[in-house]
Amino acid sequence: MHARADAPAESGSEDTASWPEEIFAILQRFDVRQVPYVPDAGHSQLIERVLGSSTMRGIPLTTEEEGVALLAGAWAGGQRGVLLMQSSGVGNCINMLSLTQVFRFPFLTLVTMRGEWGEFNPWQVPMGSSTQAVFELSGIRVLRAAQPAEVREVMEAAASQAYNACTPTAVLLSQRLIGTKVFVK
Amino acid sequence: MSKANLLDRRAVVSSLLADRKGAIAVGGLGASTYDIAAAGDHDRNFYLWGAMGGAVMIGLGLALAQPKLPVVVITGDGEMLMGMGGLATVGLQKPGNLSIVVLDNECYGETGGQMSHTASAANLVGVAKACGIADARTLDAMAEIQAFATALQDVFAGPRFASVKIDAANLERVLSNRDGMFVLTRLRGSLGFGPI
Repeated sequence: MHARADAPAESGSEDTASWPEEIFAILQRFDVRQVPYVPDAGHSQLIERVLGSSTMRGIPLTTEEEGVALLAGAWAGGQRGVLLMQSSGVGNCINMLSLTQVFRFPFLTLVTMRGEWGEFNPWQVPMGSSTQAVFELSGIRVLRAAQPAEVREVMEAAASQAYNACTPTAVLLSQRLIGTKVFVK
Repeated sequence: MSKANLLDRRAVVSSLLADRKGAIAVGGLGASTYDIAAAGDHDRNFYLWGAMGGAVMIGLGLALAQPKLPVVVITGDGEMLMGMGGLATVGLQKPGNLSIVVLDNECYGETGGQMSHTASAANLVGVAKACGIADARTLDAMAEIQAFATALQDVFAGPRFASVKIDAANLERVLSNRDGMFVLTRLRGSLGFGPI
């Protein structure tokens, strides 16, 4: 939900970062068709690619739990999907995550992290701090990417275990990777 | 308890599904699932026993994946109130093959009959319309239910939304299968998808 007011020097190349392209290519290769999302600045490049794709359908949500239910329905109808959200949205999903155990369907979510690595906004810290534990308590396997160079490998592993082994999986894209949001007056 | 001008929920759901052809029916948590079970078990019934607030979104995922098949979500007012944002998401996607029917008894029948928001304040038809679902209406008579059952076979003219004010009497439970994997695998099988 956050537009970047001013890109910090360390991630000044974000607009042309290659790791979102790598994620998109892997999702394409795994025949992902439905991409529900609540926007986040860290996902903006990937969302653009999805909305421009002829094989994927980007589906904006009003709240993240809608995406969990949507993906269960998509799989019941024969399609794979992936849910894009920010760490603060993970708490909104908790009861709906039951569906991943009841239906043992190929659930994959990509979560951009806030509340870590130089966070400015204290309101982001509580949910960001519990994101991984919430997933694990809900029966979701968690993988993390903190460096651009490891995104491809982590995504490949996550998509493989989610779609091939129906192992519900979350990939946390760390704040260090996406760049700390800078607030300017 | 019974009011003469309210419809019988079992008769409504039986009528909606009587000539369903290939339609997929999603039942929301609670009595709506029992109503679908009472109308007859079917490979394309998708019963929910939890995930309150998720029925419409599960229906949307199905509808987008299977655009040639009618998908009808049959749920209650309490379940719909918990997932009202989903109506905005449906209004944005506008899947022609998705129909949503709310069986509105204006209370939480499964938990003791506590009053719901639709009893005196919330107008779900108004919400659906305001969310961009142009075909949103109240159905008051069995003839209108039958017309809606015919209309939902048209997979291009949706999405459509209907609220049906029903008698709040608690009927005998007709328990559907509650094994999610069984229901999911059976539905996928009927659509031609095997196990992984």
